[in-house]
Amino acid sequence: MNSAESQLKYEAALSGLAGARSWSTFRDTLQLVIDEASLVSTMTRLRGAGLNMLMDVTAVDLLEYFDSIDRYRVVYQLLDTELGSRLEVRTHVNDPEPVLPTMTTLWASADWMEREVYDMFGIKFDGHPNPKRLLLPEEFASFPLRKDYPVKGRGERHNFPVVTRSES
Amino acid sequence: MSSKQSASNGLFWTQLDAAANWSRANSLWPMPFATACCGIELMSTSASKHDLSRFGSEVMRFSPRQCDLMIVAGRVVMKMLPVLQRIWLQMPEPKWCISMGACACSGGVFDTYAVVQGVDRFIPVDIYVPGCPPRPEQLIASIIELQSKIQKTGTLRATEFAERMTPEGPARFDSDELIRIRDRNPMPFNLPVYDPKH
Repeated sequence: MNSAESQLKYEAALSGLAGARSWSTFRDTLQLVIDEASLVSTMTRLRGAGLNMLMDVTAVDLLEYFDSIDRYRVVYQLLDTELGSRLEVRTHVNDPEPVLPTMTTLWASADWMEREVYDMFGIKFDGHPNPKRLLLPEEFASFPLRKDYPVKGRGERHNFPVVTRSES
Repeated sequence: MSSKQSASNGLFWTQLDAAANWSRANSLWPMPFATACCGIELMSTSASKHDLSRFGSEVMRFSPRQCDLMIVAGRVVMKMLPVLQRIWLQMPEPKWCISMGACACSGGVFDTYAVVQGVDRFIPVDIYVPGCPPRPEQLIASIIELQSKIQKTGTLRATEFAERMTPEGPARFDSDELIRIRDRNPMPFNLPVYDPKH
């Protein structure tokens, strides 16, 4: 199935749903941009239309990016394991409280990937079974992949006691 | 009894300090704290081609309680540093530390929020080995250097360490970093500080 055929199929699956949708294709990858509000209903329909595997969840911080309106873009990569067709679903969230509904109810693989997005970008996932940091230590106070976070950090890497030779 | 007589009887007179130093220096048991590519060179050093056992320190132990030489080989991130400190505190006296490679000595090319800029900021280091990664010959040279340091400065009761009461690494922040942090945001020094002794 090429991307035009997939688009027809998934458009049919989403017919009748509320919310703005825009389709595009980049190098034979079908992309769909949807509203944050229609995420759950859209994803449920797409899951029913045969996209049974969530390959990846990631995010982009669009701060100071040219012609960007929203702050964060969250990207879901979906795969139909029987037909081999793929779909990239994008949605946008904004400060001060970036929250999205969790996809762990549809795909269990969303668990760690959403934790990683929370860890790096601070986007919360409502209804997540284990909403903790994945990679960074629990006491880490910032979200390092945000564009307003300095690459050398805010002193977290120096915030440890010094063990001198006489006391060790 | 004269020295001539004792030599003929198979006896040898020396100081206790020198005897202890001689035995300690020639049977260093390394704790391989290998976190990156320097660890591969460390393995190569103890393997057959470079054969660290010629210098008496091939017995790599993965329990800190059986070791007296910590070799920090590779970059240490802020999540790993409390582990490094705890392992260092668990090693019995007398003990020494080799910081192997650019990352362990200074952070290397990884000047980022998560990578500690040199382990000597937080634990005492005896010998630094430059290189990215250092060749096994350089590590062997550093161990020979450490052996001569032990033989020159060591004491039977390991009292020479008690004099090293001040932190030996660089200061926590350099001026660049302070300026950058002040411009951006107030320093979050209210973060909880991990204490490895508790």
